[in-house]
Amino acid sequence: MNMPKKNKQAALINIAALSILLGIVAYLGFTRALSSYIVGIFWLSCIGIIMATSLNLTNGFLGQMALGHAGFMLIGSYSSALLSLAMVRAGVLAGGGAQQLARFIICLIFSGLLAGLFGILVGIPALRLRGDYLAIITLGFGEIIRVVIQGIPWAGGDGLSQGSASPVLFKTGLGFNNATKSHYMFFVGLVTVLCVSVIYTFIRSRFGRAIISIRDDEIASSASGIDITFYKVTTFAFSAVFAGIAGSIFAACYSSLNTGNMGFMASVNYFVMVVFGGMGSITGSIVAAIGLTSLNEALRSFDEYRMLVYSIVLIFMMIFRPAGLLGTYEFSLAKTVSYLRGPGAKSKKKKEVQA
Amino acid sequence: MGSVYALVALGYTMVYGIIRLINFAHGDFIMVGGYTLIFTIPVMLGFGLPAWTAVAAAIIVASSVGVATEAVAYRPVRKHGTRMSALITAIAVSLFLENLAQVLYTSNPRVIKASIFKLPTFTFGTLKIDGTTLATIAIAVVTMVLLQLFIHNTKMGRAMRAVSEDKEASILMGINVNRTITATFAIGSALAAVAALMYCAQYPSVMPTMGSMLGLKAFVAAVLGGIGIMPGAMIGGLTIGLVESLAKAYSASLTRGIITSAFSDAVVFAILIVVLLVKPSGLLGKHTGEKV
Repeated sequence: MNMPKKNKQAALINIAALSILLGIVAYLGFTRALSSYIVGIFWLSCIGIIMATSLNLTNGFLGQMALGHAGFMLIGSYSSALLSLAMVRAGVLAGGGAQQLARFIICLIFSGLLAGLFGILVGIPALRLRGDYLAIITLGFGEIIRVVIQGIPWAGGDGLSQGSASPVLFKTGLGFNNATKSHYMFFVGLVTVLCVSVIYTFIRSRFGRAIISIRDDEIASSASGIDITFYKVTTFAFSAVFAGIAGSIFAACYSSLNTGNMGFMASVNYFVMVVFGGMGSITGSIVAAIGLTSLNEALRSFDEYRMLVYSIVLIFMMIFRPAGLLGTYEFSLAKTVSYLRGPGAKSKKKKEVQA
Repeated sequence: MGSVYALVALGYTMVYGIIRLINFAHGDFIMVGGYTLIFTIPVMLGFGLPAWTAVAAAIIVASSVGVATEAVAYRPVRKHGTRMSALITAIAVSLFLENLAQVLYTSNPRVIKASIFKLPTFTFGTLKIDGTTLATIAIAVVTMVLLQLFIHNTKMGRAMRAVSEDKEASILMGINVNRTITATFAIGSALAAVAALMYCAQYPSVMPTMGSMLGLKAFVAAVLGGIGIMPGAMIGGLTIGLVESLAKAYSASLTRGIITSAFSDAVVFAILIVVLLVKPSGLLGKHTGEKV
């Protein structure tokens, strides 16, 4: 590889740090050292991270306000639950252990691709609009997806959404029990890390620079030869893929699925994470996703005040710090390491080092 | 139902026309009006007045909430924020109002016990029309005519039209833009309160989230008619109401039960998508080019 030396170094540092982190998670998961409550928060945080970072792709980097992200998540969760159910019924990879893992991986890929396909279908008409119209139309598509899934007899109509059918799904479908959830922690963590790094490298690529230029000035970038529609739709579909993957994990996390709690409010919830963390900051999205998910769980008993406080904070944020907590700042491990090694010696190179 | 949408759509259109902001909280102003009605109707009945007089209180409360929202949230953001942050603020205000109502009055629907209009059912040949329905339509028409007169014949109305056309130029002409925007919010929320009365006359129950779906559909109506255009909002509102009712009534029988009445929401949004794709400026809108 003819990667510059400092980039290689940075990649090594990051991979090492993440491996240690995942190793700890795997150890904790396999020894079942954590209570199922903590494990649940871990899963939800991972879902939140994937959702927030992928939504940030459209909202922060592409600069288009999309409010129907939960719709793609819904597609992901239902498709993967149904696929898993079908595989088990057909006897394909129906067992536990490695077969279950393989089934999960197939479901993740399938639901991601399906959500991406819908992302293209929704994106082509929706992204001809921008600003508030786009917000409304994506919201509309999200609602349509929800209503349609709810109306399909074998998806939302009965079976997956009804509490009575959930034990069946629990056994044969994707819904994991507490022990499995604990064992799969490392895998979910790994998927999250992979998703975030793919999104991150996507932003740093030529493609990412193109979408950032679209955000900053659409007309100027179109004049510079950037195919606006192509880039917009691709980014939108790309972020839908990750929403589908997050949905698939969501389906595994719960023993029953319900379209009711994945409507507009869920989209807003992830949207709040993006805004809190800073539109255009992956780090911010991750921090906000972990923070808000844990906070949500911790404040369960104050549930009705929770959204009230969120909305007030959101208003204040828009008045005093519209860029979000971290703005467009990105945390870089390599940068921190080189800073710790010797602030003076490396300070010149510091700015160029990218994680 | 169409006339309710029409009134709410008018509020959306007025605010959008003047500050280019989708006021997500507009639907929640209806909810505010609805709760005010819950508390004032018994009082009015106690004074021996008919129930619909409670709308006066609802108008006052909803307008104050609208004006307060504008002053506290929208104005500071407008001053140094982008359009995106203004939109986020609107969503936040909507969340705030809904959750405040939830905290104050719980999420259970409350029922208005008194009937708002005591009218007989009218019969035209074989056609029977409920008195309440007729009253609703009548109120909507009267309100719209009054609004048209206000917009076209008063100084404030002229100022509103001027600001919506060109903000900077109207500042130069000595129009107090902030006061005009405040007035727009007051009128828009007052319309929402009237819509609340009409809604409650048809479906006498109030809950914190009643406004959100209603507001979204009214927004669709505003877009359908051409946002920023008042007659457009009326036409759009009536069309949406009609389409929704028809979708509810006939979708199940036409498609042999595959498409149920739950799909009527999807139908409304499908209309929005079609309108935005075919004619984004709406039925009565004019196409405006993009300035570089």
